[in-house]
Amino acid sequence: MDPEELRYSADHEWVKVEGKQAIVGITEYAQSELGDIVYLELPDVGTEVVMEEELTEIESTKTTSPVLAPVSGKIIEVNDELKESPQLINEDPYGKGWIVTLKMTNPDDLENLMSAKEYEEFIEQGSDDDR
Amino acid sequence: MTTTSDLLTTALHGAHRALGAKLVDFAGWEMPISYAGTLAEHAAVRRAAGLFDIGHMGRIDVRGPGADAFLSSLVTARLDDLRPGSARYALVCSEKGTILDDIFVYRRGTDDWLLIVNGSNRLKIVDWLERRRPRTVATVDRTLETGLIALQGARAAQILGALIGPDLTRTPLHTFADVTWRSIPLLVARTGYTGEWGVEIMAANGAMRALWDAALAEGKAAGLVPVGLGARDTLRLEMGYALYGNDIDDTTTPLEAGLGWAVDLTKAAFVGKDALVAQHQRGVGRKLVGFELREKGVPRHGHPILAGGTPIGGVTSGNLSPTLDKGIGLGYVDAAHSALGTAIDIDIRGKIKSAVVVKPPFYTKRNPSP
Repeated sequence: MDPEELRYSADHEWVKVEGKQAIVGITEYAQSELGDIVYLELPDVGTEVVMEEELTEIESTKTTSPVLAPVSGKIIEVNDELKESPQLINEDPYGKGWIVTLKMTNPDDLENLMSAKEYEEFIEQGSDDDR
Repeated sequence: MTTTSDLLTTALHGAHRALGAKLVDFAGWEMPISYAGTLAEHAAVRRAAGLFDIGHMGRIDVRGPGADAFLSSLVTARLDDLRPGSARYALVCSEKGTILDDIFVYRRGTDDWLLIVNGSNRLKIVDWLERRRPRTVATVDRTLETGLIALQGARAAQILGALIGPDLTRTPLHTFADVTWRSIPLLVARTGYTGEWGVEIMAANGAMRALWDAALAEGKAAGLVPVGLGARDTLRLEMGYALYGNDIDDTTTPLEAGLGWAVDLTKAAFVGKDALVAQHQRGVGRKLVGFELREKGVPRHGHPILAGGTPIGGVTSGNLSPTLDKGIGLGYVDAAHSALGTAIDIDIRGKIKSAVVVKPPFYTKRNPSP
């Protein structure tokens, strides 16, 4: 997936929109901040999620971090490969490390998300604040 | 230093930056949490060797006439049988018998000691010593003028032998030696926090970068890598070593924490002794135990521990063991549920995971190191 074409949340999830479907993962920046990811419990297919509410939690060697739903929708697919190989999120966050596919219930949610350029600026500002 | 924050930095800060380390605030110091990644660093220590900057740990000299008796009055361990050149684990307790710090005492000679204390407790312990010391005893915090690194791992002895001298590789556990390396005085101690063969090396700040770089160069072929505090934590957890601030603190006692082996209730008075004698006679109500998850999951500090749905305690440290690939942890449970093999449950944010009480270490070396 080309990171340029994705939409981004302030909580560092990315969304790839395909019609009414949204593939969701976490960003390169997020995986780098989390460190080695060792486990995540995938949500059940069919679960309805609301934008900015918890989709799942990622366990890294360092900490537990929630993944928030960047848009509202129903989970129609989960990346089962992550059960055995959670490190795919570290290795390929925009590809093999995708987490779920949602069927969006409110496509207007996408308006809350950032473009690649906006997200890049957002991270730069955030990193400055940390110093 | 070059940072704009108020954090302290060790003499190796530039080396960490050059190595691309991810730096975090740890006990008021900007320290590397990882370089190449915690899992890779953890595996390197178990299979080859790792080099750690642990300069955030406090280094305090206690010396002068009466230092032996003074120090003995403040720590739980017996000290009078400790020979010069030997080190011992001990607790500093409050009058209530709760733990103010867990430390290593190094005996250099009569009335001449070095204490290695937790970075987060350094100022508290310096103050504790200062308030109680007799006038003949000086306590000098040498942390900011010195550095401390750890070389640990299956191949650490081989690397140390090549770097400094083969004699050191035969030094017994918990002893130390003053050696000269390239005209630089070093204190090399057979101590560590990983469960592997290893040493901790102290030297003046000015020598640290040369020592660090030389060690990495010497050990490269053997697989030595720099290791951050992330792997230091997973390595110590696999050994079941308590971490101050997580598993022990000023609300827990050594007897509750399973550290009774570091407490000598027969020695002369020390701060906290009366409370610990009373607790020993009464018996402890809760105990720090090790546990393993019987299903996939990652226990963390603060998760409730249950038995048959009833809360019986809480997790104090937990992670996925990189070597065993299963959830492991330490936690306090009611003494009635502390026996080895007891089935318990961990409440991981509402998901109940079954676990069993086991005796740490969780990880045992298969092959003894050379």
